[in-house]
Amino acid sequence: MFATAFSFLYQFGDAFAFLVIASMGLAIIFGMMGVINLAHGEFITCGAYVTATLAQKGLPLPLAILGGAACAGIIGMILEITIIRRLYHRPLDSIVATWGISMIATQGVLIVLGSTMQGVGTPLGSFSVGGYSYSTYRLVLMAIAVLLLLGLYLLFYHTRFGVIARATIQLPRMARATGVDTSRIYTLTFGLGAALAGLAGGLYAPTMTLVPTMGSTFIVESFVTVVIGGGDIFMGAAPAAAILAVIRAGMTAWQGQLFGQIGLLLTVIVVIRLMPGGLSGWLLRGRK
Amino acid sequence: MTFRTRMASALRLGCAAVALSATAALAQDGPIRIGVLEDQSGDFAAATMVKVNAITLAAEEINAAGGIGGRPVELVVYDTQSDNTRYQEFMRRVLQSDKVDVVFAGFSSASREAYRPIVNQFDGLAFYNNQYEGGVCDANMIVTGAVPEQQFSTLIPWMMETYGKNVYTIAADYNFGQISAEWVRKIVEDNGGTMVGEEFIPLGVSQFSQTIQNIQGAKPDFVVTLLVGAAQASYYEQAAAANVGLPMASSVNVGQGYEHKRFTPPSLKDMYVTTNYIEEVDTPESKAFIEKFRARFPDEPYINQEAANSYIAMYLYKSMVERAGTTDHAALRAEIAKGDVCFDGPSGKVCLDPKSQHMSHNIFLAKVNEDHSIEFPKVWENIAPYWLGEAGCDLTQNDPSEQYTPSNPPTK
Repeated sequence: MFATAFSFLYQFGDAFAFLVIASMGLAIIFGMMGVINLAHGEFITCGAYVTATLAQKGLPLPLAILGGAACAGIIGMILEITIIRRLYHRPLDSIVATWGISMIATQGVLIVLGSTMQGVGTPLGSFSVGGYSYSTYRLVLMAIAVLLLLGLYLLFYHTRFGVIARATIQLPRMARATGVDTSRIYTLTFGLGAALAGLAGGLYAPTMTLVPTMGSTFIVESFVTVVIGGGDIFMGAAPAAAILAVIRAGMTAWQGQLFGQIGLLLTVIVVIRLMPGGLSGWLLRGRK
Repeated sequence: MTFRTRMASALRLGCAAVALSATAALAQDGPIRIGVLEDQSGDFAAATMVKVNAITLAAEEINAAGGIGGRPVELVVYDTQSDNTRYQEFMRRVLQSDKVDVVFAGFSSASREAYRPIVNQFDGLAFYNNQYEGGVCDANMIVTGAVPEQQFSTLIPWMMETYGKNVYTIAADYNFGQISAEWVRKIVEDNGGTMVGEEFIPLGVSQFSQTIQNIQGAKPDFVVTLLVGAAQASYYEQAAAANVGLPMASSVNVGQGYEHKRFTPPSLKDMYVTTNYIEEVDTPESKAFIEKFRARFPDEPYINQEAANSYIAMYLYKSMVERAGTTDHAALRAEIAKGDVCFDGPSGKVCLDPKSQHMSHNIFLAKVNEDHSIEFPKVWENIAPYWLGEAGCDLTQNDPSEQYTPSNPPTK
């Protein structure tokens, strides 16, 4: 009994961690800022590749992962300054431009680094509960997902940067009038989103095949989570990830991976039909 | 297309046919054009970029030795980007506007089934140089890759004898995985075993926690992994991290995507693969091939079974054209029908089977050790691609252009 309960909790936690970690970067860039960035998966790939490279150079894995996130963040900021900034009011153009960036990045990695890269191996070994064995590293990922949500909540609601960032995104003119350098805030916020994407790549790099297209395997899940969640990360994406994780873990345990995916996508259809503003729009409906 | 343009194009075709036959003698002096449609980017690139290099190597060797019957070989290469619609576009382009004599095309079975109707439509000739789920009975296709009766009829009984009779299959959810899983099911049942589980994984899935648990819950003696593409290959790392510890059997791993080189040991420990070639094969022919290959392409990460198949296919085509004295497809098939189109290549002697236009193989059982080195516990010599012929496919008699499976055999 305990073993079965634990196994379901573990699978739920695993799916939850993946959805949260994969979607946080997108939640900020797409959910909060409203920027459609089709090169999001490439930030993830960037984080993973930098992490693997640093780890192979002998850096401890946690530092390597942070290095991956930092690198993706810096590249994100450079992209924001050079390209994305000019397209904030031209969403269709930004789709084409970021799609182009995505193709250049994927193909560039393929040409420069080859079709695949040596992995780093999953650390921390395994443990077993009642006949099933589990990877310990995945427990760490679950903890990180929760800490990530907590950290972002504190950042956006309890720091000066967070207040200014939210103000800038909600009412840029008003924020400018009070003396905020809004374009700097946009750059930093976009950079934060890119860094979180890089972090996702770094955290999952030890568990996956490293190929130039690996970022795209995160995209469906992260878009689904953000769309269901709606605009607000904490009122939206976190419960969205929890609900989707239950559906995915349950359906996959019952009928396999295909049904896990079907469940995920059906949920999106049902939720956006019933709650056009996503979960956060529905939860916050009384506030306006 | 309106009726008028259709008439016009029919007329043009007719004229072209007359013109072609009139200039056939002249064309003999030009180069032999070979279309190469392989994935050089996208999900499958890791396994398939080497095929283009193998074909290039063979073409350069053939040209240096005087070409095919005195005519030089010219390659027309397109990157199909692991995308089935690109295969269709480029197959039309090589057959219609580039007018190649033969096409070497395809990695995934989905891509092959995407382009095959086009090859049939324009009566082209295509070599499919990949191991696959078997069953294609099509006179326009020549298959040099291994098929289930070569890979599974050897592997599965050996695994059942060695490890036990309870089998769990995880397979990529498309025609290759579904039909291969059907083969595994049939062979397991024929040998008195039990399928304790089967799961089909959509392409592109990279998270396997729940699948791993489903497998552990079913308690199989070994797992048959028929996973395809870079994303699905994440399974091995995740299964090793969860300490599943079950032996694995596969027809696709190691021999195609060299997972044993890419992943950190020991994630592929106790993986058994039947393959007709990998670079670890320790024969003089194989060593000579590797030496030539690395001299030409020093940065090649791994020389896999598809590289050998592509290379062999080039030489098979050469010998067919030289024997027939023409690139005409009917004449080439008449040569295959004689049953002695063979080549002594990197994997030993192989021959084309007239009935199915598939190739015989020496099948090597590759075992991945804890440090990811390879050993070969067993070699099956000269396994013929017998199933299609026995089931009733005979391309020397008629051309159904169908793909058959054990549950959907040819109607006799």
